[in-house]
Amino acid sequence: MTIGLTHYLVLSAILFAVGLAGVLRRKNLLMLFFATEIMLNAANIAFAAISTHIGDLSGQMFALFIIAIAASEVAVGLGLLILIYKKYGTLDLDNLSIMKG
Amino acid sequence: MENLVYIALFAPLVSSLFAALFAQKPKIQLVGIVTSILIGISLLASVTLLLDIHESGKAVSVTLMDWIQAGDMDIKFGFTVDQVTAVMMSVVTLVSTVVHVYSNYYMESDKSFNRFFSYLSAFVFSMMVLVMSDNFLGLFIGWEGVGVCSWLLIGFWYERKDETRDVNPSISPSWAANEAFIMNRIADLGMLVGIFMIYWNLGTVKYSEVFAHLDQLSHGMLVGIGIALFIGAMGKSAQFPLHTWLADAMEGPTPVSALIHAATMVTAGVYLVIRANPLYSQIPEVGYFIAVVGTFVAIFAASMALVNRDLKRVIAYSTLSQLGYMFAAAGLGAYWVALFHLAAHAFFKALLFIGAGNVMHAMHDELDMFKMGGLKKQMGWTFFYMGLASLALSGIYPLAGFFSKDTILEVAFNEHTYGIWFTLWLTAGLTAFYSFRQVFLVFFGDERYHEIGAHPHEAKAYALWAMAPLAILAVIFGFYKEDFVEFVTKLLPAYEMSEHTHHMVWILTLVTTAIALTGIIVAFIKYSKGLKRDLNFEQNNKLYKLLYNQYYIPVLYEKAFAKPYKELSDIAWQEIDMQVVDATVDGIAKAVETTGDVSRRAQNGNLSTYLKWMAAGLIFVTLITVISVVIK
Repeated sequence: MTIGLTHYLVLSAILFAVGLAGVLRRKNLLMLFFATEIMLNAANIAFAAISTHIGDLSGQMFALFIIAIAASEVAVGLGLLILIYKKYGTLDLDNLSIMKG
Repeated sequence: MENLVYIALFAPLVSSLFAALFAQKPKIQLVGIVTSILIGISLLASVTLLLDIHESGKAVSVTLMDWIQAGDMDIKFGFTVDQVTAVMMSVVTLVSTVVHVYSNYYMESDKSFNRFFSYLSAFVFSMMVLVMSDNFLGLFIGWEGVGVCSWLLIGFWYERKDETRDVNPSISPSWAANEAFIMNRIADLGMLVGIFMIYWNLGTVKYSEVFAHLDQLSHGMLVGIGIALFIGAMGKSAQFPLHTWLADAMEGPTPVSALIHAATMVTAGVYLVIRANPLYSQIPEVGYFIAVVGTFVAIFAASMALVNRDLKRVIAYSTLSQLGYMFAAAGLGAYWVALFHLAAHAFFKALLFIGAGNVMHAMHDELDMFKMGGLKKQMGWTFFYMGLASLALSGIYPLAGFFSKDTILEVAFNEHTYGIWFTLWLTAGLTAFYSFRQVFLVFFGDERYHEIGAHPHEAKAYALWAMAPLAILAVIFGFYKEDFVEFVTKLLPAYEMSEHTHHMVWILTLVTTAIALTGIIVAFIKYSKGLKRDLNFEQNNKLYKLLYNQYYIPVLYEKAFAKPYKELSDIAWQEIDMQVVDATVDGIAKAVETTGDVSRRAQNGNLSTYLKWMAAGLIFVTLITVISVVIK
């Protein structure tokens, strides 16, 4: 059995679903970060697969961009997380609801 | 020359703006002095212009700027000083200067001293615009300007309590101010219609152009314009049936009554008729109507003055009555006679009012003449001035009123309108009676003021000196009749008495003087020895009650117009405004508030919830996209 485009897309979809479920269900901010990373990488897989399939390098370039942006986002985000933890002593979202309408 | 025009016009404006700077501050004596000097400068400029025009015989015209330019419409903001305007300017600024100086005394302890002077000067400016404008629209601006200033000044003591007529026949200043303003608004509509008709038919509002092209109009159109303009004049000059506001306007400070409601503003209507003389000369039937209205008002107002006990109201009715005389003269085509009486009346009536102001000050604002009496001892000079003014008003030789009023009666006789002549002749007697009833009640007889605990005192010296120019003019003005006639008839049509009247002049003069003297003597017999009241007569005599209640016209207006209008307004408020307009607006506001209240709960501050909403939104949008693609 050869691994075709469909397999990659299915994998991408599964990973995205996992990430989305993580974003929706998890209450820990750090876990939310992991979940968003999973979603970004699901998109990367889809980009790379489709790029190879149609023979256009743009998709892979996009994937590289996303990896770079994700890295910087994690750097900033983790810094913020540490600050939040220092200030409130918790990363639990239910305890961080300070902006009520 | 042109500079003089600008100085005369704008000095009062500068004066008003200067005083306005300090309007909210406590009394600053300097404000009173500076405004008086500025109005005095305007007086000097006006008189210089008068003399210049007297010498050269040529009118001075200036154009300030283009005012309205739209399509074919081209109206310039221009001013013309001709013979009539110069006379009006001199009269207005002279009385204004006297009143400004006098107000320094009269308002000396008023907390809004500065504001008063600002309003007063603003009035002078508006009045100057009114008389100096060279077109109907500029006149209308001045017309409205004096209306606003009159409103401000009648309601100057706006904080005084509102009382209905049942409680107090003299109502509150704010009520009186509104009444005056609304009455004038009704009349101004007529005036505006007249100006529209002029513009619609002739395409211009400039006096010189309008009067040059009157022959292009049909007779019916001329009558329409004449009546419409006269309706405007009726409002400003308080002619029947729009007369009630003038007596109520006495709620304002007395200098205001002297300046606005006796000498200047109320004569604006007469000025308009004089100014529009080429128009009215072509429609004698409207002129006759004006004369009849004037004559009716003359005797109508004089009859109300006979029994009134309010010092200022008596003078107000007498003003009404004299305005009636002016309209009678103007309506009969004797325009210069009307202008002559206007000027003479301005002098002695302002003097009379200012004298009344002195009396009010002495009596601690008491206005009931039945509570005065015997003031001659304490207030010699005021007595002298008021007596002089009353003599002039009654038309006794050699005072100004004799010459002007006598000429009006001669005109009425000359026109063979004997009804008008007889009514005006009778009114002359009534005028003499009520004027001297007032003088005797206030200055002669028993000293009734002890009962109200008043301590009368004479006015300050400078206030008395300020009255002197008016008194002098009230005495000598009549002797300048020939000069006056020669001067103004360069612009106004000359009025020639027929031979028939020439022979009759002596008899007419004697008859008129006789009835005036009779009036004075009756007043002397009845009132000079003190007040003997016949309460039974006052309460039960129908005629007395009719006159005392001003023919029940204020009550009638209250019942016929004010009350139904208020009820209509109440319905409009309760039913239409509250139930429909407010309900709609409130409904919209409530809907927005409820929506917000409900959706606010979504915003609970928890990031998880927000992410769930975001995911739901994403899925929703994706679904829509997919569905729309599939359907396509």
